[in-house]
Amino acid sequence: MTTIDTNTEAAEMPERDPNAVSITINGRTVEAQKGDLIIAAADAADEFIPRFCYHPRMSPVGMCRQCLVEVEGPRGPMMVVSCMTPVAEGQIVRTDTPQVKRAQEGMIELLLANHPLDCPVCDKGGECPLQDQAFSHGAGESRFVEEKRHYEKPIAISELVFLDRERCILCDRCTRFADEVAGDPLISFTQRGNNTQVMTFPDEPFASYFSGNVVQICPVGALTAQPYRFKARPWDLEQRESTCTTCSVGCRTVVQSSRDELLRYQGVDSDPVNWGWLCDRGRFNFQSVNSEDRLESPQVKSGDSFETTSWSAALDTISRTIRHATPGSVAILGGARGTNEDAFMWAQLADAMGVTMRDAQLDDGLPASIFNYSQATIDAACKAATVILLAPDLKEELPVLHIRLRDAAEKKKIRIIEISACETGLTKHAWRSVRAESGTSVTAVQQLMADPVVAAQIASGSVVVVAGRANLAEGAEHTMAAVDAVIAAVPTASVLPALRRGNVRGALTLGLAPQNGNDAVSILEASANGHVECLILLGADPMNDVADADLARRGIAGARFVVAIDTFLTQSAAHADIVLPASAYGEKDGTTMNLEGRVTNVVQKITPRGTSRADWMIAAELGFLLGHDTDVTTLADVQKLMAKKVAGFGTTTTAVAVKRDGVVVSIPTPTRTAFAAPTIAARNSYEFRVDVSRKLYDRAVGTITSPALVNLAPGASVTIHPLDLERVGAAEGANVRVSNNHSSIVLPVRSNEKVPRGTAVVPFNQPGADIRELVRHGDSVVDVRIESM
Amino acid sequence: MARLTEENVRLAREIIGRYPKPRSATIPLLHLAQEQDGHITNDAMAHIGELVGATSAEVYGTASFYEMFKFEPVGKYLINICGTMSCALMGGEELMHHAESRLGIHMGGTTSDGLFTLEKAECQAACTEAPCLQVNYRYRYRVTSENFDTLIDQLQAGELNSEIPAHGTVASVRQHIPADRGVGAVAPEDVTEGPAWLDGKAAL
Repeated sequence: MTTIDTNTEAAEMPERDPNAVSITINGRTVEAQKGDLIIAAADAADEFIPRFCYHPRMSPVGMCRQCLVEVEGPRGPMMVVSCMTPVAEGQIVRTDTPQVKRAQEGMIELLLANHPLDCPVCDKGGECPLQDQAFSHGAGESRFVEEKRHYEKPIAISELVFLDRERCILCDRCTRFADEVAGDPLISFTQRGNNTQVMTFPDEPFASYFSGNVVQICPVGALTAQPYRFKARPWDLEQRESTCTTCSVGCRTVVQSSRDELLRYQGVDSDPVNWGWLCDRGRFNFQSVNSEDRLESPQVKSGDSFETTSWSAALDTISRTIRHATPGSVAILGGARGTNEDAFMWAQLADAMGVTMRDAQLDDGLPASIFNYSQATIDAACKAATVILLAPDLKEELPVLHIRLRDAAEKKKIRIIEISACETGLTKHAWRSVRAESGTSVTAVQQLMADPVVAAQIASGSVVVVAGRANLAEGAEHTMAAVDAVIAAVPTASVLPALRRGNVRGALTLGLAPQNGNDAVSILEASANGHVECLILLGADPMNDVADADLARRGIAGARFVVAIDTFLTQSAAHADIVLPASAYGEKDGTTMNLEGRVTNVVQKITPRGTSRADWMIAAELGFLLGHDTDVTTLADVQKLMAKKVAGFGTTTTAVAVKRDGVVVSIPTPTRTAFAAPTIAARNSYEFRVDVSRKLYDRAVGTITSPALVNLAPGASVTIHPLDLERVGAAEGANVRVSNNHSSIVLPVRSNEKVPRGTAVVPFNQPGADIRELVRHGDSVVDVRIESM
Repeated sequence: MARLTEENVRLAREIIGRYPKPRSATIPLLHLAQEQDGHITNDAMAHIGELVGATSAEVYGTASFYEMFKFEPVGKYLINICGTMSCALMGGEELMHHAESRLGIHMGGTTSDGLFTLEKAECQAACTEAPCLQVNYRYRYRVTSENFDTLIDQLQAGELNSEIPAHGTVASVRQHIPADRGVGAVAPEDVTEGPAWLDGKAAL
């Protein structure tokens, strides 16, 4: 035994973390942090305590009492609820004594008293915490011989979620999620005592964009999702961890399938990104991959219809067309829906062919120079002193980013300053929310910055600007100039680009960004004027997505030859000369980049539909035919080439593939691109300025081909202030004529006092009359007249 | 179905003003709605939600916890007959049978003229006066079948109007705090001094 010299020991000891707490769990010393709950400390130490209501991403409630443990107290061991008891220095916790076991068995018996034990017909059976813990921590028998509670089962509490109240153990997870996380407390405990039940308000469904999460976190089979009900047994599911590419937040998921069919996505907790949550659109659009309408083989236009052709014939025709085209007359639109590898290989091919007309966006985002500002991550935004929103309603476009910012604002970690034309999902969580009608956001920013209270807030710490295209009837230069106005005032501010489409940042970073300002609008304009001899649509559907419908039509019609590479015969693909079937999400491996530049992997879980191929394979094959062979045969080859050619990708593409949180690819030297504030013409007092914004559910191809989601789109309408409605002289819900000098459409009118006077809100890309007919890309803002009929 | 009337909305705003957080007024406003319609309608709950900044589901969740909030129309007079032990021993059971036959309805039912609703109640804490009942929560003690008949006759004749207001009426005298008498609504987290009623004296 060595003698310890206490003096030197103390001198050498590193200073102890003042927040560190040392406790003993089952005789083992465990380090925890001040404020940690016993159950969390036990989890970290791999000591499992059974639980139903505790969820690490929600506040503890001590509802189910299953996590009872013994804590040594002054009067001997005491039973405490480990999800409500914080750790304390020297605390002695036992989770394995006979008393604890007896208490936990008792709780299981009580919870099962009213539970129907219909496991054989329950979707949750096989992955059910109640079932599992009844086996692991239950007595195996019940003394309850009386009649159990009976309820009608199951009842639909929304279009997507079913509730079986007999199975419910009242753990408060779903109701807590709805209130705390989603901010949609549309379900609540109702009644009392033995009749307590989770319920919606009569005739007011649980229509939350996040409703699928309650199904995932339900510890019993009480909540089931319509798209998965009775589709599979958990033990028949195979799964791989992946990243959702529905929008650019890049939530971590597991993709689950059975018999080569996608059946379910579940959220995975990635700390810097989604915390385990998913939006319903991302969760349930797996149905689209399974759709009957998927393209299965190459199609060639023959008269007014398509004929099936072979890949070799199709690619041969395309390569011949490109070879015979005038140099500089080939254009590529899209690429934001694929993987990094897809975008990279198409960019390589474009470089080799000398294609200068390329754009991964369809005039529905912001110029790629938004990446030239100092960049922020989601975490950085959630820790900033001030977050300035110059973005669309994040709840509608980037739902899980909305959840993260809402959480940070609710917990008073950040102060949100919002500049928007209308109220958004974050308005009630904002510290300041300023209404700036379309075309005035730069002025609004300047006015805000001049306010001494705002200036003091901004000076109090870091500033993150969340920047995105809020209004598709307003030129992107307005947002860019507003962002620039913030950066001019606060040079240390960083930017989180809120561009929406799945891999838009990856595609722009990997070479599909416009060259020399030749963006989608000018490409389509060139095409309309007959300067495009081959237009390649990489999962792009300009006829559906370009805000200027007339331009999209003219652009597609003007191209001499159109190649569409897509999963479905979209509106634009229907006008193509050749359509190539692309593999969808879940059918190909690769990497993707989220809005903060984080590279994570996406995985293949099922066989690609028909003869469909990944976009990168098509690019490689076409390159070979055109004499630009890249010598690439596998995905690993692509990633090797990518690592060689793209800065920042060296370490990420291969090593990252298996890592949950991915790696943020940083932009080496941030530079500022100054955008001048555009001047706008004054409008007549009888005119309305249009705000065209997206809703979560629209006519996007992944949504309309998912049966569970297709009916959730709210439909086209125009919403104005009630006093404006009076002035127009129309009744609520009546049809009105919306017109300007470009066109005229008929839409049902609604009123909402939250819409500012003089503003008309029209959702984008909804079933019904199309506002895009009134939008021209040259118009910096869009003004319309609204007349009753 | 009825939202709160204009007069009641004015009252509701006054009630909300008494609390630091609008949500705290949920239950008083539910009483107001029940007073207005005799029971609580879905529209009223939705309206209360708008007024206090809660969803209808949250208002419903709160309201449905309480036995005395009714969600179906009840009679002008809600008669709760105690069925717990002391009353049951002293003839409560027989009283219920008699009430059912006199009014021609079962327990839980409402007479077709909308005047009476019968309910079986748990202990009303008047065991020494068993069997007891309540009419709109006003006590009647040692009730015999004859007493019951007299009570019904009197109610039908309107003889007890001053004593027993219609169902939902919380009190015949409404609380009113003049603006200059209120201490004002301060959120708990903003309170730095002792309670106002201590009038500057040190807290105990």
